[in-house]
Amino acid sequence: MAVTKLFGARIKRREDPRLITGTATYTDDLQLPGMVYAEIIRSPHAHARITKVDVEPARRHPGVVAAFTGRDLAGKINPIPTAWLIPNSELKTPPHPPLAVDVVRYVGDGVAVVLASDPYTARDAASLVRVDYAPLPAVVDQVKAVQQGAPQIHPEAPGNLAFKWSIAGGDAEKAFAEARRDGVVVSQRFVNQRLIPNAIETRSVVVRYNRGSGELTVWYTTQNPHIARFLMSVVTGIPEHKIRVIAPEVGGGFGSKIPFYADEAVIAFCARETGRPVKWTEDRRENYLATIHGRDHVSELEMAARKDGTVTAIRGKTWANLGAYLSTAAPGIPTILHGLILTGCYTIPNVSYEVLGAFTNTTPVDAYRGAGRPEATYLIERLMDLLAAKLGMDPADLRRKNFIRPEQFPYTTAEGLSYDSGNYPPALDRALELIEYRRLRDVQKQGPKDNRYLGIGLSTYVEICGLAPSSVAGAVGFQGGLWESATVRLHPTGKATVFTGTSPHGQGEETTFAQIVAEELGLPIEDIEVVHGDTGAVSMGWGTYGSRTTVVGGGAIVLAARRVREKATKIAAHMLEAAEGDVVFDQGRFLVRGSPDRAKTIQEVTLQAYLAWSLPPGVEPSLEASAYYDPTNFTFPFGAHAAVVKVDADTGEVELRRYAAVDDCGRVINPLIVDGQVHGGLVQGIAQAMCEGAVYSADGQLLTGSMSDYAVPKAHMFPTFVTDRTVTPSPHNPLGVKGVGETGTIASTPAIVNAVVDALRSFGITHLDMPLTPERIWKAIHREARR
Amino acid sequence: MIPAAFEYVAPASVKEAIGLLEKHGDEAKVLAGGHSLLPIMKFRLAQPKVIVDIGRIPGLDGITAAEETVAIGALATHDAIERSQVLKEKCPLLPETAAVIGDMQVRNRGTIGGSLAHADPAADYPGAILALDAGIVVMGPKGSRTIPAREFFVEMLTTALKPSELITEVHVPVLGKGMGSAYLKHPHPASGYAVVGVAAVLTMSGGKVQRAAIGINGVSGKAYRAAAVEKALQGQAVDEGTVSAAAAHAADGADVQSDLYASAEFRAHLASVYTKRAVLLAASREK
Repeated sequence: MAVTKLFGARIKRREDPRLITGTATYTDDLQLPGMVYAEIIRSPHAHARITKVDVEPARRHPGVVAAFTGRDLAGKINPIPTAWLIPNSELKTPPHPPLAVDVVRYVGDGVAVVLASDPYTARDAASLVRVDYAPLPAVVDQVKAVQQGAPQIHPEAPGNLAFKWSIAGGDAEKAFAEARRDGVVVSQRFVNQRLIPNAIETRSVVVRYNRGSGELTVWYTTQNPHIARFLMSVVTGIPEHKIRVIAPEVGGGFGSKIPFYADEAVIAFCARETGRPVKWTEDRRENYLATIHGRDHVSELEMAARKDGTVTAIRGKTWANLGAYLSTAAPGIPTILHGLILTGCYTIPNVSYEVLGAFTNTTPVDAYRGAGRPEATYLIERLMDLLAAKLGMDPADLRRKNFIRPEQFPYTTAEGLSYDSGNYPPALDRALELIEYRRLRDVQKQGPKDNRYLGIGLSTYVEICGLAPSSVAGAVGFQGGLWESATVRLHPTGKATVFTGTSPHGQGEETTFAQIVAEELGLPIEDIEVVHGDTGAVSMGWGTYGSRTTVVGGGAIVLAARRVREKATKIAAHMLEAAEGDVVFDQGRFLVRGSPDRAKTIQEVTLQAYLAWSLPPGVEPSLEASAYYDPTNFTFPFGAHAAVVKVDADTGEVELRRYAAVDDCGRVINPLIVDGQVHGGLVQGIAQAMCEGAVYSADGQLLTGSMSDYAVPKAHMFPTFVTDRTVTPSPHNPLGVKGVGETGTIASTPAIVNAVVDALRSFGITHLDMPLTPERIWKAIHREARR
Repeated sequence: MIPAAFEYVAPASVKEAIGLLEKHGDEAKVLAGGHSLLPIMKFRLAQPKVIVDIGRIPGLDGITAAEETVAIGALATHDAIERSQVLKEKCPLLPETAAVIGDMQVRNRGTIGGSLAHADPAADYPGAILALDAGIVVMGPKGSRTIPAREFFVEMLTTALKPSELITEVHVPVLGKGMGSAYLKHPHPASGYAVVGVAAVLTMSGGKVQRAAIGINGVSGKAYRAAAVEKALQGQAVDEGTVSAAAAHAADGADVQSDLYASAEFRAHLASVYTKRAVLLAASREK
């Protein structure tokens, strides 16, 4: 392989200048001739029968173009589908009408839409729509929802049960019996609270329907335009080849822009019905109600171990809150992406786990950064600390004792996954070194200073990412493939355009993908353009989520670039009048072995490929290649995180003093971007532990309905993160990369909770639920002190 | 998050502004930095017909020192107050308070006059204004008057300002020899407002507290002076035990608020802890 300085280079993101100077174009920036603005009228009730919807007063308002109700859409727009149909789970998929017709099922459920000549008029007119509701009893808690006597949300899902999924390996029952006889068992109820994704750009869509050609063009804040095109076709009945979905600049998603939402179907209906381009952009309050939420698990888990700390089994049950309807990928998140990784990075031979998916009168829940894996890592990493405390073992030693050993890879877990590679102890050792673990343990022994208690928390993790292969996608009921496409096209002047089926929206792949191609073809990086997010430009792709973009999309790109190089080598040999086997490629130049002065640059070869004045026999003109890459397995990044906190026992305030993250994401293309992904992930994961949490009232009102109440983390809350890496390349993908977009959120949440609980151990506290607000901590200290 | 339609006027003088307020009465709202008004308008919790933007009136944002007081123009931003060298020297409590308001964007736009007129009990200035016994200078159709801080805050979001009156200046005392002050707050993690904010101004004499003034915001429906704490400190030497015992009365008589983030019980407890810390810090800063 050619050695250049670009692969592995800490270069700045090429997308940033336009983003930070306000010259990027987002969906809401678009202005089309004749465009009208939509406002969706939403239910203020969590559960109610609609007795009347009257849009006439809105229609009469000056400037209003049209207004529609759920009945107007019925029969013209199909129900919103769920695209992850997990097998063997009695999955129920009740119909999800794009606008509610008879019953509203959560606060924020759409009931009508108004179109007007400007957004102000649309907002004014929306307030004129009269909807009469007959309120019904609501249920917001997933454990209560599946109990007898709970209000029923969908007739198609008796007992509000969306699915019942389970996984088992080994013999957990026997292991627990043994542990109860001659070992230890720890058990705990855990809450992984509901989170609101809070992408800085809210959802937005502009839809134009050309009545002449029958074409629908959709500018859309999506992480996966091709999936959106397919689902848009399903709900509108417009054939896929007549639909073009474009994701302009997308300002973050964190999973919340994977789903295909009811609102987007409504806007497509409006555009088709009126013949006018229609724009709809969510405001922040609407975003809190109508865009998916994440997490929201209640779990009861127990862990069995021998007295020497060897963990033998884990078992338990989780109630996953899915909200009022099944969002696009919802069933797969708390099951496949969660239950399959429950035993984490440890050799735990016996597992038995059940997940109940519950409908509730709340905003639908779907993938949020990490999606299922943070919840699983939280469970196992909290259990490891509970076990260490019970055994009186150092939590680092307990983890080390139970790690899958390097020589055990590839390792088949009790859940049935095959971890391809790993070397866990060095990452833990490095994290401990970075926070000066031994020294801090000694400091801790000296007791609190000024009533401030020192705590150290660890989290060692492994995650499933690089979402692929397609065969697995099919086996687990994902209604799509998980391969990726790439086209690398050289232009006559030697510049290159790279087309990817992934759809980066903040992850920096315009830079990393250019680095890959620059390395493979010896081109200057500024001569490479990366095109993504447009079904009209890119043949096919499955989008950006699950830390798959660089792994799967990058894999396709490197294969396509190598095909370009192979063809270019043939042409170069012809130009150099040398045998193909005698031509070597080195940093953008084709050289004849043994005659270093005979050379052609890739730009010269490319020009010939287009002029085609003299091509070797059998070689077609032009220079481009496509590749479709379907990996043979997931990738399994791993690492060790360590947090140091001080807890003020007078106030319950937690100060995060130090945080070290040692991650192994395989080979690193751009360390600057990897660090950025880790930092962002840490902030989101730490925020779950410390301050974030969506709260509903019992009757289904979102009490944390704005940024004044819902604590989005801010930069000043964090110390400077210390990051480091170990490098264990993925053995099965051509780049050796593993994905790093979610490691921070997956690892950090339990590290913080473990640290805070560690700080409070002398008060007899063994567990605290998140978020670790000062009051919760203060009350726990005083409750224990009173005992 | 789109406000209802409104008319916008930008008077060029205080007199013109007062005339507009008289003309439009209840239908008008005064806009200064806009950081309290615009959010509630976007939520349509307020739908004024007329916005009177006083932000363009010249000469209302100065900070000038006299012998015993510093006069702060109503349009002085939190940022200007935070950075004012005059205030840092003469009345450091105010820059210390301004520095922990919201975030930098808020401090760049928000004004002291706007914040006081809005009278949010969880805002940061009220505690300091009370502890300093500041004077709020207002101008109305009948001329100017000065409202003492203790009479200014009537209840949540309500002040002693009459309709058609505008705040023009805030007068704070110069803190002289023997005096020390401090403002400490526990911010709400989402809004940044004070869950508890305690402003302490101590006048020391011979190692003892001659006079203590403790203003507390965030705890109850309106900012208040912690009279029981002040009384307990008077004439006492400042040691941890004495201050701790006095600070235990921080929420005495207050209508302690409760919300999702902090119950009344916890808020009252935080008020005591923060009062203790603010008093000790103020004493350590004695000039």
